[in-house]
Amino acid sequence: MIKNIKFIIIILFSLFIFFIFLKGLEKPNNYLPEKTSSKIETNLSAKKLYDQKEVLLGELINNNNFSIINIWASWCLPCRDEHVYLLNLKKTNSINVIGINYKDKKSNAVEFLKDFGNPYSEVLTDPDGTKSIELGAFGIPETYLVNNKNKEIIKKYIGPLNDVKFKEILKIIKNEKN
Amino acid sequence: MANQIGNYSLYIALIASIFLIFQSSNSIRSKSKNLDSKIFSALSVQSLMVFISFFSLIYAFIISDFSNETVYNNSHTTKPLFYKISGSWGNHEGSLLLWLLVLTIFLFIFLINSKKLLIKYRLLTVLFQELIIIGFLLFILFTSNPFLNLFPIPKEGMGLNPILQDPALAIHPPILYLGYVGTSIIFSSSLAALVCGMVNKIWAKHIKKWIIISWIFLTIGILLGSIWAYYELGWGGFWFWDPVENVSLMPWFCLTALLHTIIVLEKRNIYQSWTIILSIATFSLSMGGTFLVRSGILNSIHTFANDPSRGIFILCFLFALVLLAIFIFFIYQKKNLKNISKSFLASKETAILINNWFMMFFLSVVLIGTVYPIFLEVINGSKISIGPPFYQKLIAPFLIPFLLFMAVGPNLKWIKDNLSKINFNQLILFVLSIIISYLLVKLYGVNYLFAVPLFGLGFFLFFLTVRDLSSKDSTLSQKISHFGFSLFILSILFNGIFAKEFTSNMKVGDEREFMNKTIKFENLKIIEKNNYKSLVANFNVSDNKGSINLSPEVRIYNQPKTLTSEADINSTIYSDNFLVFNVIKDDGYYNVRYQHKPLMLWIWFSIILISAGGILGYFKKDD
Repeated sequence: MIKNIKFIIIILFSLFIFFIFLKGLEKPNNYLPEKTSSKIETNLSAKKLYDQKEVLLGELINNNNFSIINIWASWCLPCRDEHVYLLNLKKTNSINVIGINYKDKKSNAVEFLKDFGNPYSEVLTDPDGTKSIELGAFGIPETYLVNNKNKEIIKKYIGPLNDVKFKEILKIIKNEKN
Repeated sequence: MANQIGNYSLYIALIASIFLIFQSSNSIRSKSKNLDSKIFSALSVQSLMVFISFFSLIYAFIISDFSNETVYNNSHTTKPLFYKISGSWGNHEGSLLLWLLVLTIFLFIFLINSKKLLIKYRLLTVLFQELIIIGFLLFILFTSNPFLNLFPIPKEGMGLNPILQDPALAIHPPILYLGYVGTSIIFSSSLAALVCGMVNKIWAKHIKKWIIISWIFLTIGILLGSIWAYYELGWGGFWFWDPVENVSLMPWFCLTALLHTIIVLEKRNIYQSWTIILSIATFSLSMGGTFLVRSGILNSIHTFANDPSRGIFILCFLFALVLLAIFIFFIYQKKNLKNISKSFLASKETAILINNWFMMFFLSVVLIGTVYPIFLEVINGSKISIGPPFYQKLIAPFLIPFLLFMAVGPNLKWIKDNLSKINFNQLILFVLSIIISYLLVKLYGVNYLFAVPLFGLGFFLFFLTVRDLSSKDSTLSQKISHFGFSLFILSILFNGIFAKEFTSNMKVGDEREFMNKTIKFENLKIIEKNNYKSLVANFNVSDNKGSINLSPEVRIYNQPKTLTSEADINSTIYSDNFLVFNVIKDDGYYNVRYQHKPLMLWIWFSIILISAGGILGYFKKDD
């Protein structure tokens, strides 16, 4: 009898641990680096992809309430996966999607946008990767959600966008508007 | 081409695995007297296939075949050949393939080495081990296949994390895996022995070799990881209580306890339940470690994969094995508890039992420190972080009685010893140690929790083991390991308490005074290397005894863009001078950190001694 109780307790305890771990897996576990500065670097100047004119990032963050800054490259595979989310974000019309083309050939980048669609209101080029580093990027793809009024980064997303992150962006925008 | 070969050989291995499970359970049911030759051939085929698969992955890395997704994600044409090869197991997919390779090869070796034992026991071990193997095969094939094709074929790979480009780290995972996987054999065979009702002296003698070999690999694997963290990460310590480090330490505590228990089982035929529970726990902790690291449930520098389906798979698989083990344990436990011999308070086996309880305590501290934050976050969403002070404060006081038992225990006899004969000799050494440590603490004004008894018992163990080293006895291996451990405790105490650190922002030409030393930032050079750019600084540290030059580096890797700090370390047998610098901003100032760490080399050396004891024990002729 005592042995049976022991047995049942051990089994129940293992199951308890199992479910805790299972729940633990659901939490978002992408490592977010500490924000070094919550303001976006508005003085960053870069060439535009299509006409190669020099422009300040701050000038682009003004039309709408929010901007998305997305660092991408045509050779980056996860960028292809997240592309559809960027296209959807563009469709909401309340967000300015700005692309930063990381270490890429112009011809490849243009072709990529022709094939998959162009979600960006403007694409800046970063041929040697230094602009992205100034922005505090950790790798590509990487996406920042920026509040246009105070130029603050609301959230950084490291790695490709997915359903969860996409919904979160929409939710944040909705909440901040109110 | 290599991709296809690798992939198909894994499928053949899977078929072999299904066949083996089927065939071995059939043979067990029909109570066959001889080992079915089909089982041996199927096992050979399986090992060969996994071997081929592993080598086709290495081959793909060597020729930089970027049509393979794993190679594309983790390699680059400009990587040196050595790191191309080590890159094949430096990533999630490849490391699992290595796990699988070791699993199959170990089973193969087990089958060859166990010819004298009961046929049913051998078949059952094959059955349990194949259950583990099939789990890994399914996991690899369906969630982390290293042979996925990419089309169009990229021209260049994404590179290997430069932090991982280090010789110690290149061999650290395989060595650690040998230890982890060795515990799988212990797990399978202890379950098999339990079912056959042969948890006894003969079995203990046989499985002891596997326990020792796994223990050696685990110890050396942890050592290499620690050395890497010290030299490469530039944090200036050898153990950070990082969750991933803890995960390798937990099975080590268990395995160390098991190593001692199995000796008791071999000599006295007691502690059967301890042996079985420890075998199950060691393997569960090794697998659980893999789960924690690979599922991304922990945030740590080692976390690679963040795919939840992988986590769920390992979790279910792990708990299936654990539940299986618990059921078998409760059903067959009685069968093995026929002869209960009496044990006395003052005896070697009691000392070992106490040692086990301490090991379980240390294990619980580390386990709680590692897992509790996850639990808390799940239950009420609060985030806490548990740092080194937690572990130090909980472990340090309990080291005191632990060291005492460790010193006295080996000198006790089996079965029954007379307490009154605790000799004069030992008492003198004890008093002497306490006096030395008292003077030491007073003289240097050490202000640390329980410094006097900690140092005192560290010295006591040291003196006793030195004394015993000279006496002739058959347990030389034990003495060397225990001596190594006393050395280890003393070195970390000296190291932790007498370490000095100095940080400052400096530019070229600056001079700073620290203690009675002068640190001068002499110059800074930029050197272009094959796959990185390097900033090499030159510092001069001088005091009245002499001066040393230290040249730490900051490396800027291109693929992927990463900055790493390479500390420069001047090691002598007395102390290490550790200097590392970091780029702050473009205003010419650098953050400089200088550390003076006594007896650093002795920490590594003492762990090597501890494992050397194990190696000696492995080759020791049985008496």
